[in-house]
Amino acid sequence: MKSLTLIIVSLSIHFVHAQKFTTEKSLIVFYSDASIEDIKAENHQSMSIFDTSTGQIAFSIPIKEFQFEKSLMKEHFNEKYLESEKYPKSTFQGRVEGYQSTLKGQQPVTAIGKLTIHGVTRDVEISGTLEWRDNKIVANSSFKVRLEDYKIKVPQLLWQNIAEEVEVTIDFTYKPL
Amino acid sequence: MKYLFLILIVCSNDVYAQDDLLNELEQHEAATKDYVTSAFKSTRLVNGQTMETKHKGELEFIFAHRFGAINEGAYELFGLDQAYVRLGLEYGITDRLGVGFGRNSVDKTMDGYIRYKVLAQTKQGMPVTMTAFANAAIRTSPKKEDATFDITLEDRMSYTTQVLIARKFSQALSLQLMPTWVHKNTVDTSIENNDQLALGLGGRLKLSRSIALTSEYYYRFQVPDSNPYFNSLGFGIDIETGGHVFQLVLTNSRGLTERAFITETTGEFFDGDIHMGFNVTRTFQVRRQR
Repeated sequence: MKSLTLIIVSLSIHFVHAQKFTTEKSLIVFYSDASIEDIKAENHQSMSIFDTSTGQIAFSIPIKEFQFEKSLMKEHFNEKYLESEKYPKSTFQGRVEGYQSTLKGQQPVTAIGKLTIHGVTRDVEISGTLEWRDNKIVANSSFKVRLEDYKIKVPQLLWQNIAEEVEVTIDFTYKPL
Repeated sequence: MKYLFLILIVCSNDVYAQDDLLNELEQHEAATKDYVTSAFKSTRLVNGQTMETKHKGELEFIFAHRFGAINEGAYELFGLDQAYVRLGLEYGITDRLGVGFGRNSVDKTMDGYIRYKVLAQTKQGMPVTMTAFANAAIRTSPKKEDATFDITLEDRMSYTTQVLIARKFSQALSLQLMPTWVHKNTVDTSIENNDQLALGLGGRLKLSRSIALTSEYYYRFQVPDSNPYFNSLGFGIDIETGGHVFQLVLTNSRGLTERAFITETTGEFFDGDIHMGFNVTRTFQVRRQR
């Protein structure tokens, strides 16, 4: 009897786990508002998986895919700030809370989990919105990242003033996996 | 007891699932080519070229300066009374193809060149970056009326072809090999040949995120005994500040075109014929990305 329960439970868990969604379109923008020069970059190459049955979510963001207006900014971003050869990816893994998959329209949600940037992992709580559209899900969020928190150092010699906090905006569309 | 069991299973499954999700992501990620970038800070190592190319739409202004030799003593303020200048521009047509031109006050030489990155080092497969470089230079000194023979435009021309092969071994260390062929249309055959081969060796050692030491040496092959020139040797410090790269150098060469420093270096480094100098580059984004 006990083993039967186990089997049923684990089967049902596996079944529930099949409710996975993956990225169809992704956009991550970061924006640094500084006195000399505003710096903005866009990344369309991020990947994410969202398991609606458990709320588990994971993001993987290739650092080298951030596109800047100036090539030199991109080079400095990769070489000096994010050290992308050492830390090629940023990741987030955690859980989205406070959503109902039956609800129409945008609903406010919170993602709680671990954000890794520049090799430093921190526990974060990020608020955003989810919206079910037909068989797709649209996720939006905007939050601030303090460079110091992730040991991103701005070289003293640099004339470009980089803001201590950068704004990160995400806009993902998910489709069933 | 039974419930505890269930809770355990559910929990462990959840934790497992979380790790799974990132792993699953990795499997979905396309295997992109991961290029190794920034082996050198600039398109110049000390006097000569690096395999770096400008990015598409970037215009680089290069202002290079070599003072006189340090061993000229206090009378010449250790060389600072004299100055040899090269002003140059380089433009990135694509991320791999660049063109440039400049004028050097040594022999009043004008040069134009083209470079193309044939191979680019990647993390997974390609071990080196290889750039082909070719230039043509016109030596406009001496004036026609001052020349000892009836000098023509052809006599004034020289051509350099180089293959620049570099590997970035680590964040700190990059090395480069430069097989070089210099052709001069007209030479004094009692001291040199029209075609001259050389092999350059250079490198960079990064001290911090913005400061690096550089060095470069060109060995010439089959040099006649009567040849009065020396092999070019140089050391430098690269300092990068935003859009500028400052390169402070010590070298036995005065000239900044390949003909001048590879085949006509007049100073013997270890006798103190050392020229202080600098290269300052400023990069402008002429055409915006996107």
